[in-house]
Amino acid sequence: MSRTRYRDGARAIVPIALAAAAFAASFGVLARAAGIEPVAATVMSATTFAGSAQFAAASILGTGGGVAAAVLAAALLNARYAPISVSVASLFEGSPLRRLVESQLIVDESWALSRRPDGRFDRHLLIGAGVVLYVCWVGGTAVGAIGGEALGDPASLGLDAAFPALFLALLVPQVRSRRALAAALAGGAIALVLLPFTPAGVPIIAASAACLIGWSRP
Amino acid sequence: MTETWVVIGLVGAATVTLKSVGPVLLGGRPLPTRLAGVVSLLAPALLAALVVTQVVGGDEEIVLDARLVGLAAAIVALLLRAPLLLVVIVAAVATAAVRLLV
Repeated sequence: MSRTRYRDGARAIVPIALAAAAFAASFGVLARAAGIEPVAATVMSATTFAGSAQFAAASILGTGGGVAAAVLAAALLNARYAPISVSVASLFEGSPLRRLVESQLIVDESWALSRRPDGRFDRHLLIGAGVVLYVCWVGGTAVGAIGGEALGDPASLGLDAAFPALFLALLVPQVRSRRALAAALAGGAIALVLLPFTPAGVPIIAASAACLIGWSRP
Repeated sequence: MTETWVVIGLVGAATVTLKSVGPVLLGGRPLPTRLAGVVSLLAPALLAALVVTQVVGGDEEIVLDARLVGLAAAIVALLLRAPLLLVVIVAAVATAAVRLLV
């Protein structure tokens, strides 16, 4: 096994990081459409650093779903980071504070890149890739949020339709098994049924109950 | 505006905690299998709900409008294996075009 360096992870992630920067810029633009100021959007990217949760929180706030629903939906979407972080826990050493800070560099992309063919994970690849992704994510958000100010009315630009398209594009790679498909269909159905009767935000939170399909043994 | 900052603070705190579950809180121990199975299905369930609420959601009602055309265009783009950003742009442009013409 050849030794890797942080530099190797940083280099390998560049094409994905450029896409992430563009994606972050779209978050900046859409956050503005949802009424979130450029500074707030950038601070959110720096402190949360997890795309789908940020889009979910912004879209729920934008449609009047309220603080509780926005926070809960974002936290549930990020719940996957608990098992993901467990899978790479042995890569982190030193004081609890150091491990806490470094573990923030775990995102889907850096995690996937750091997985070696033998199924183990590589610390240098994960940290190197994570730093580059972080810089691109925060920088891209700032550029999009500030540049988005120059754009006109969000509805006439179709930005409200960009949200469902984005969530669908994020959903497709998640549906890799029959159970995941069942959870997605059940979640969508729950949301649709509750939509006419409950305040904004409730249908989304209620849909999370569909994950209980995962309780039974495969 | 304050509402936004409260959300940013709480979502940030929740995410920091979740990412540190393995490296700090559990110190290398694994999650129970059944719990891991449930957690892995949260993302598909919630993302599907977000698609539904964002495409036909109104003020406690179902609203069918130009967003549906945008989503249809996005589905076509996804079937053609377009990259994420292009899918989003296609949806926005299709919706804007319908609103301009109708």
